[in-house]
Amino acid sequence: MPRVPWPFRKRSRKAPRRKWGRLERKEALWGLGFLSPWLIGFLLFYLFPIIASFGFSLFDFNPAVPDQARFIGWTNWRYALFKDPEVWLSLKRTLHFAVISLPISLGFALFLALLLNSKYVLGKSVYRTLFYMPTMIPLVATVLIWNGVLNEQTGWINVLIEKVLGIEATGVNGIRWLADPDLVYYAYTMFGLWGIGNPMIVFLAGLQGVPTELYEAAELDGANWFRKLIHITIPMITPVIFYQLVLGVIGALQYFLAPFVLNGGTGFPEGKTRFFMIYFYKQAFSFFNMGYAATLAWILFIIALVLTVILFGTARYWVYYTAEERA
Amino acid sequence: MKRQIRRIWRRSPAALLREAALRLFLTGLTLAVLFLFLIPMAYGVVTGLKTGYQIAQSDAPWWPASVETITYEGKEYEVYYVPIDGKEKPMALYKKGRKASLLLDPENLEAGPIEWQGNWRSLKRVWRFDPQWQNFVAVWETIDFPLLLKNTLMFAGITTIGAVLSAALVAYGFARFRIPGKNVLFMVMLSTVILPGAITLIPTYYIWLRIGWVGTWKPLIIPAFFSWGTNVFLLRQFFLGIPRELDEAAMIDGASPLRIFISIILPNAKPALTAVALFHFFWAWNEFFGPLIYLAGHPEKFPITVGLTQFNNLYSQSAHLIQAASLMSAALPLVVFFFAQRVFMQGVVITGVEK
Repeated sequence: MPRVPWPFRKRSRKAPRRKWGRLERKEALWGLGFLSPWLIGFLLFYLFPIIASFGFSLFDFNPAVPDQARFIGWTNWRYALFKDPEVWLSLKRTLHFAVISLPISLGFALFLALLLNSKYVLGKSVYRTLFYMPTMIPLVATVLIWNGVLNEQTGWINVLIEKVLGIEATGVNGIRWLADPDLVYYAYTMFGLWGIGNPMIVFLAGLQGVPTELYEAAELDGANWFRKLIHITIPMITPVIFYQLVLGVIGALQYFLAPFVLNGGTGFPEGKTRFFMIYFYKQAFSFFNMGYAATLAWILFIIALVLTVILFGTARYWVYYTAEERA
Repeated sequence: MKRQIRRIWRRSPAALLREAALRLFLTGLTLAVLFLFLIPMAYGVVTGLKTGYQIAQSDAPWWPASVETITYEGKEYEVYYVPIDGKEKPMALYKKGRKASLLLDPENLEAGPIEWQGNWRSLKRVWRFDPQWQNFVAVWETIDFPLLLKNTLMFAGITTIGAVLSAALVAYGFARFRIPGKNVLFMVMLSTVILPGAITLIPTYYIWLRIGWVGTWKPLIIPAFFSWGTNVFLLRQFFLGIPRELDEAAMIDGASPLRIFISIILPNAKPALTAVALFHFFWAWNEFFGPLIYLAGHPEKFPITVGLTQFNNLYSQSAHLIQAASLMSAALPLVVFFFAQRVFMQGVVITGVEK
């Protein structure tokens, strides 16, 4: 088979690998040229800083007085991993929050997607837009609006709970969403529900990708909606669930904005909202302990990496790819 | 349509009833969830139109209102609902007393104060609908909203141009060229998107500090020109869908890859480019952490997100102002969204499902 220059060629997998000639080199160079913004950016803003960050972690470093930086070797690491209680505590709080908020958020997104995919609901496209709309609101504004709505005295959530369910929710003995240490994570989850638009749309697309033949076959065997949900719908969308889960876990690890805007990072109530990134921010930009902060950032990175690997590892057992998707 | 009618008549009344009930139930359920979901929005609007006084009063209605008053002999008196002759009449409270009070009839002021037996504390005040539109004006001026808006627009606008341009170039490289290790590079790019970015923060911040650009927008704008993984991913998917024959036709005419990029790929990718532009615009509008650390101490450069946070720190006691400010920040993105929602949601689908 004669060699045909780019872009006419679509190399078949069975063809033997050929030596790099002038044309291939030219193509590769052009390609690299187009990739250069990312390549340069990757080196400048990602790879180099990551390595440098590791270097920083070996120093006691205050950027305000850079000449006084001392090399202290593994001291930062030993302190962070073994001696500083706040590191593991804040990590525990972050994971605790993730365990509460992720199932609720993803479950709600899936629930909405199922509703919006149902043939029995009228006016779906309007609802879709309306459910998606709050993702457009800047997160700071979302947090502040929800902060008001969850207010124990005048907030409508408590007023509604009282009127509809009859439990005493307002007043001194009421439900104090943001001040009760046991409830505050649920309150923060509620803020996050306004951002449910993206997962909802992705789930919706996933649901629409489920082949209808499966449902028809199940109906022939007499399956009701519940069985169809459990045995067809959910298994078929496990790739989407997996994708959202990975993103969700990584996002939860970096949770920062809500506690910072509401409490300035003090961790109110009772320190429960002092998440890992809040501690990082304090070390880096309040105490200017940048060497230590670099250590913390590396620890977070490693944990994220480990969790991602674990998730990808377990994927084999519960994520079901159809033949076309298994690339 | 005819087929549907025939199908309906073929089904039994029981099945039709069941279907109608199901429709009613599920639609109702969706509406109920939607209602609860959007309640905070309503709360924000309503609270933003109240006075600070109303928020603190426990007898105030839930809608924006102020106490009805009348002026008599140069002074203001609050109006209460007073039971007189079996009816609740609105009367102004002239003088409060524990056992008896003096009232003024708003419709008959010349009659002067009337005596009334009863505890004034048992009376309810008359509130009338009074939306405080001036709250928004007050916030606009206090927070210096035009400045925040200008900063945010500048940041969002410039970075969107840079992001779209760089992402398009890189996506073209990934989509159309054979490069050794291309797949590895692609995987690396995806992983930079997923893994926490805090790890790059300290050295990057320090370098900007040494250059002297901390306190300016430059550290936030420049990285946008080096492409961002999700944008590249979306565009690459789209570019892969553009038929190669178009490229090849241009090649025959002697076009260079750059020429092909400009004249063939870009014009054919307008929907995807628009989606990327919109995504990035909203992301930039929402950016908080970056401006927080790089612009600290320079309030004249704050974007809306940081400005709003600062406003909250100062005025958190004034719930009506906070709500009004939050709504103002949300206004522009919402308006843009309503015009561009279709493109938006399609973009979300492409990014999400392909993974």
